[in-house]
Amino acid sequence: MSQNELSPSVVAEHIQNIPRSGIRDFFELVQGREGVISLGVGEPDFRTPWHIREAAIYSLEKGQTSYTSNLGMPSLRKSIRKYVKSFFDVDYNDANEILVTVGVSEAIDIALRALINPGDEVIYHEPCYVSYHPSIAMVHGVPVPVKTYFEDGFSLRAEEIEKALTPKTKVLMLNFPTNPTGAVLDEGEMRKIAKLCIERNLVVITDEIYSELRYDGVRHRSIAAEPGMKGRTVLLHGFSKAFAMTGFRLGYACAPTFLIEAMMKVHQYGALCAPITSQAAAVEALENGAPAVEEMRLAYDRRRKFMVKSLNGMGLPTADPGGGFYVFPDIRATGLTSKEFATQLLEAENVAAVPGTAFGLAGEGFLRCCYATSFDELREAIVRIERFLNSLGVGKG
Amino acid sequence: MVSDPLLSILSRNARVSLESLADQTSLSVEEVAAKIAGYEKDGTILGFQTVVDEEKAGSVDVSALIEVRLTPERGGGFDRLAHRIAKFDQVVSCWLMSGGYDLAVLVQGADLRQVAQFVSQKLSTLDGVLSTATHFKLKSYKEAGFEAHQETGDTRLPVTP
Ligand SMILES: Cc1ncc(COP(=O)(O)O)c(C=O)c1O
Repeated sequence: MSQNELSPSVVAEHIQNIPRSGIRDFFELVQGREGVISLGVGEPDFRTPWHIREAAIYSLEKGQTSYTSNLGMPSLRKSIRKYVKSFFDVDYNDANEILVTVGVSEAIDIALRALINPGDEVIYHEPCYVSYHPSIAMVHGVPVPVKTYFEDGFSLRAEEIEKALTPKTKVLMLNFPTNPTGAVLDEGEMRKIAKLCIERNLVVITDEIYSELRYDGVRHRSIAAEPGMKGRTVLLHGFSKAFAMTGFRLGYACAPTFLIEAMMKVHQYGALCAPITSQAAAVEALENGAPAVEEMRLAYDRRRKFMVKSLNGMGLPTADPGGGFYVFPDIRATGLTSKEFATQLLEAENVAAVPGTAFGLAGEGFLRCCYATSFDELREAIVRIERFLNSLGVGKG
Repeated sequence: MVSDPLLSILSRNARVSLESLADQTSLSVEEVAAKIAGYEKDGTILGFQTVVDEEKAGSVDVSALIEVRLTPERGGGFDRLAHRIAKFDQVVSCWLMSGGYDLAVLVQGADLRQVAQFVSQKLSTLDGVLSTATHFKLKSYKEAGFEAHQETGDTRLPVTP
């Protein structure tokens, strides 16, 4: 027996301190069960449109199997520039203001690594995407969550940010439309937030991965397009959601040159470049993907309306989400915690939906239901959830 | 793509229940039924069919795509003759085409002889038909938007961030 056996305490303390993911806990409960209808999946049920997959195959056939420029293929950066300019109304120079990454996931990580000194505070709004808190902690930043409220449809109030500001605040992270609430940012608040960021000299990292999936005829607007904001904003976007390309692992960051340079330093040593096959597919997606995106958006919209109406109808107050593919019903009337509700619903009715607390404490009392699932499954899920509510004695049925 | 979501859902799957259609379009069941009836009445909906993989179903029918050249008529162009050809039971589809010929006629028959007979005795003998060229179908890879070769099932994990 060796005298020097390793113990788990060798793991870096700040990594030890990151709690287990609530998503993973719940995944383990669901895994292996038969007949589950899952509203717990955070990705599209559609396949990547064929013309995009075909472009990836064509690239392989032609023998494109090398590294690319660290920043990403020049042709892809050109396509991104054109797309971002027309979609977000902000023009970034494809030579030095755009960086192609391995998903928005990597972009979040390298943006924070490029910006945060140990102890710097990062404000973000909860409930939020699961990676924000750990990503900040992993770069030795201090995560400072601020709350969003059901009453506001989970939009963010500028005053909440103001209350959380300290001299150490450096970065504000935004994600609208939001995972898990589907919230969009009220435009009046967006202007106030922009003003605040300029006054307090904050950098904004804005994750707009769901921005194509907006509803009710409202055009998406990015905070990067607010006057004076482009120079202090890192705009993150990717292909996973609107183009149904999760497995391609591709995203991008648009930011002022000095920030792209800094992020590039991290990216070139940590990832070298994004996969070339995915980059070839992404060019096709940006150049010719709009009709397929629109068709998927219309399908999500039909499901969204059905879910909001059904959940409200059975007595679970549900804000009308302006974007994304999630609804976030309020289950407080049942007297159960999010975790109890989700676990009992799974056990009683075989419907999986993620407890709101997986997305931060502000998610207590809520449940994330993803409607990127076939209509037949959604209808069956609604029948089962209603039956479950009735069994608790709180349903309207 | 058609503009009414009701039609776009039905064009992909005609068996969706009225209740589900109502949920998907935010209409009532009665409104959906009335709309469909209206579309059937005014001919917007021509019919409902099942798309069958003929090979799997063991069908030995033969199909042919026939290129037909016609003499246009004063006033009606190709319409009168095209309608007349389309009416034959053997004709599955009939389209006016741009390019080197005028009509593409998709014909189905029990065997090669039946199709050949239809072409030589019915089609080419019509006044106004100048020529025909018959191409027999060998194998089907996709029918009415459905691939014969199915993709793998859902590969997504049941719970993801
Ligand atoms: C808000 C948000 N940001 C980022 C990601 C990760 O995206 P990517 O697949 O581009 O890494 C997700 C995925 O669920 C998300 O919901």
